[in-house]
Amino acid sequence: MYNAPPPAGRKLHSRAHDARAGEVRGWSGSKTRESELTVQNGVITDDEVDSSRRKFLTTATVATGAVGAAFALVPFVSSWQPSERARALGAPAELDLTKVEPGQMAIITWRKQQIYVVHRTPQMVETLAQHDGQLKDPKSENSVQPEYAKNEARSLKPEYLVLVGVCTHLGCLPKQRFQPGAAELGPSWPGGFFCPCHGSRFDMAGRVFQGSPASVNLVVPPYTIEGNKLIVGVDATEKGVA
Amino acid sequence: MATPAAPAANGVKNGKGFKAWLYKRLPVQEFVDNQITGYYAPKNFNFWYFFGVLSLVVLAIQFLSGIFLTMFYKVGEATAFDSVEFIMREVEWGWLIRYLHSTGASAFFVVVYLHMYRALLYGSYKAPRELLWLFGMAVYLALMAEAFMGYVLPWGNMSFWGAQVIVNLFGTIPGIGPGLVEWIRGDYGIADATLNRFFALHVVAIPLALLLLVVLHLVALRRTGSNNPDGIEIKEKLGPDGKPLDGIPFHPYYTVKDLVGVAVFFVLFSIVVFFVPTLGGLFLESPNFEPANPLSTPEHIAPVWYFTPYYAILRAVPDQRLGALLMFLSVAAYLFLPWLDRSPVKSIRYKGWMSKVALGLFTVAFLVLMYLGLQPAEGVYVALARIFTVIYFLYFLLMPIYTRLETVKPVPERVTYHAH
Repeated sequence: MYNAPPPAGRKLHSRAHDARAGEVRGWSGSKTRESELTVQNGVITDDEVDSSRRKFLTTATVATGAVGAAFALVPFVSSWQPSERARALGAPAELDLTKVEPGQMAIITWRKQQIYVVHRTPQMVETLAQHDGQLKDPKSENSVQPEYAKNEARSLKPEYLVLVGVCTHLGCLPKQRFQPGAAELGPSWPGGFFCPCHGSRFDMAGRVFQGSPASVNLVVPPYTIEGNKLIVGVDATEKGVA
Repeated sequence: MATPAAPAANGVKNGKGFKAWLYKRLPVQEFVDNQITGYYAPKNFNFWYFFGVLSLVVLAIQFLSGIFLTMFYKVGEATAFDSVEFIMREVEWGWLIRYLHSTGASAFFVVVYLHMYRALLYGSYKAPRELLWLFGMAVYLALMAEAFMGYVLPWGNMSFWGAQVIVNLFGTIPGIGPGLVEWIRGDYGIADATLNRFFALHVVAIPLALLLLVVLHLVALRRTGSNNPDGIEIKEKLGPDGKPLDGIPFHPYYTVKDLVGVAVFFVLFSIVVFFVPTLGGLFLESPNFEPANPLSTPEHIAPVWYFTPYYAILRAVPDQRLGALLMFLSVAAYLFLPWLDRSPVKSIRYKGWMSKVALGLFTVAFLVLMYLGLQPAEGVYVALARIFTVIYFLYFLLMPIYTRLETVKPVPERVTYHAH
C-alpha cells in the first residue's frame, strides 16, 4: 500500500492526530480512536488504521465507479431505439378517399402496420349506438386514440373510420366481418371485425365486445383529412382540422 | 475432498516428460482427483438421473450444429429465409446440420423438463440445494430466451408472428409497456432491426450466459453433492476412510452408466432427425415454411410445444394484462419451490398421500395445458385451460399447507439399494 516506507523509528501521524481531543469524528461521521501508524523495522503496523475513513473512501470510489458504469451503459441501451432510418421510414402515409366506396375498406401501411380505412355507410354509423351494453369500453376511456377520435364513431368524420389493423390482444390482424349476422358470429352480430387468432370481436368503430380476450378497443392512429386526402401520421389537431 | 491421490499427483509432477511438465503448470491431476474420481455420488441413482448429463450432450450438439449454421445463415429481413432454404437444399449435408439444431432445440426441452421433474419427485430443490436449483432455473430461463430468439431467425411467417405476440407481451406492462416494445423491436414493427439483435443475442450473448450458468450449476452441485431417490444426505454416513458409505466414485461408475444413456438417447434423437424432423408440426411448424409476411397472420398462432403450457395459461385469462402476468408467474413459481415445500422429508417416496396427489395433479395439469396451448382458443378448450390453470397454481400455492399437514413415512438411515 505504501510505496516508500519512511525510515524506521519515525512516527507517522494520521489526520486524526492533529485534532485537539483524543477522539475525533471520522469523515463518515462515526467516532474513531485517534490512530497512529507506527513504523517498526520498516514495516507499517496497521492495527490502528482509521477504518471509518477507509470505509468512506472505498464506498465513495465504488459509488463513483457505479455511476460511471451506468453512464457507460447509455449508448448501448440507446442503440436499441429505432434508428434514424427507421424513423424516416415511419413518415406519414396518404390515401385518396374518393377511391373507397361506401361500405368498403382500404388498407394502407404506415410504420409497417396495416391501417384500415373504412368508408362507413349511414346504416353502419347508426348501428354504433345500439350495443353499448355489450362493449367493454363503449366510451373509449381506456383505449388509445387521438382526442378528436374519442367519440362514438371514433373518427374525425363519422363516415371514415381509420384504425390500426393490429388486434389489441396480441397483435394479429382482425378480419373484416361487416355483414350483420355473419355465419360464424351468430345472428345478433351487428357487423365489425373479428380476430381469427384468439377470437376477439370489435364493432364498426373498432370497439371491443365483452367476452373477447382483448381488453381495449382497436387503436386509432393520429391522422388528418385534407379535402379528399387522408394523411396517416399527421395529427389533425396540429393541422388545425379538428 | 481429501483424497490419498495427492501424493500420486506429486509423483507425476516430480517425474520427467510432457505429462510432468504439464501437471506442474496446470492442476489436471487435482481436478480429476477432486471432481471426477474423487467425486462420490449416491449409489442408488435410477433412470431419472440420466437427464443432467443428457442436457450437457444436447448443449454440445447445439453448439456444434449452431456454429456451422452460422457459417451459412445470412441475417437480415431480405436474406434470412432464403439462406435457410439454401442450407436445406444446396449446402452439402446442410439439411442434416439444420435438423440436428432444430431437433436439438426440442430435445433440450425434453431432457430439461425430465431433469426438472426428477427434482420435483425427489425434492432435489430442498435445502441445502436451493442455490443449485436457482442456477438450474436460470439455465432454464436462458434456454427459453435462446429458443424463442432462435425460432425467429429463419424469418418464416410463424417466426414473425410468434415474435409479434411474444414481444407485445411486454406492452402490457403498465406505463413503460409501449416504449419498451419499441425499444425491443428497434422499429415500429417486428423488422430487420429486431432480427439482427435477436441473432446477436441467440448466437453470442445467451450462449455465453448459458455456459457460465451451467458451470455455476455444476460447481454448486460439487459443493452439496447429488441428491438421490431416497432424499438422504450420503455425506452424513461416512466410512472409516472418510468417504460416504452410500457413495461411489463418479468415474468410472457413473460415467459408464451415463454412456449407456447417451447411446440410447442418440438412437432416439437420430430417429427424429432422419425420419420425422418436423414431428408432425410439433418441432417445426408448417407456417414457418413460408416467408415472414407482416400482412398475413397464420390461421392459428401457436408456439412450439415446449412453450404451450404457459401459452395456454396466457390465453385462459380474458384480461390480457392479467393473462401475461399469470403466464410470467407460472414460470416464476418454480423459483420459490425450495421455500414452499415445508416437508421434513425430501423424496416423494416418504412424503404423504397429499404430496403424491398434488404432484400427480400438477403433472396432469402441465400435460393438458401443453396440449391446450396447441389448440385454438375457443369453446371447451378455453374452459379446460381455466380449470387446469387453477390446478397448476394450486400445486404451488397450497404446497406450504399440504407438506406440513400430511404424515410422512420414516426415512431409512441408509439408501435403498439392491445389488445387481
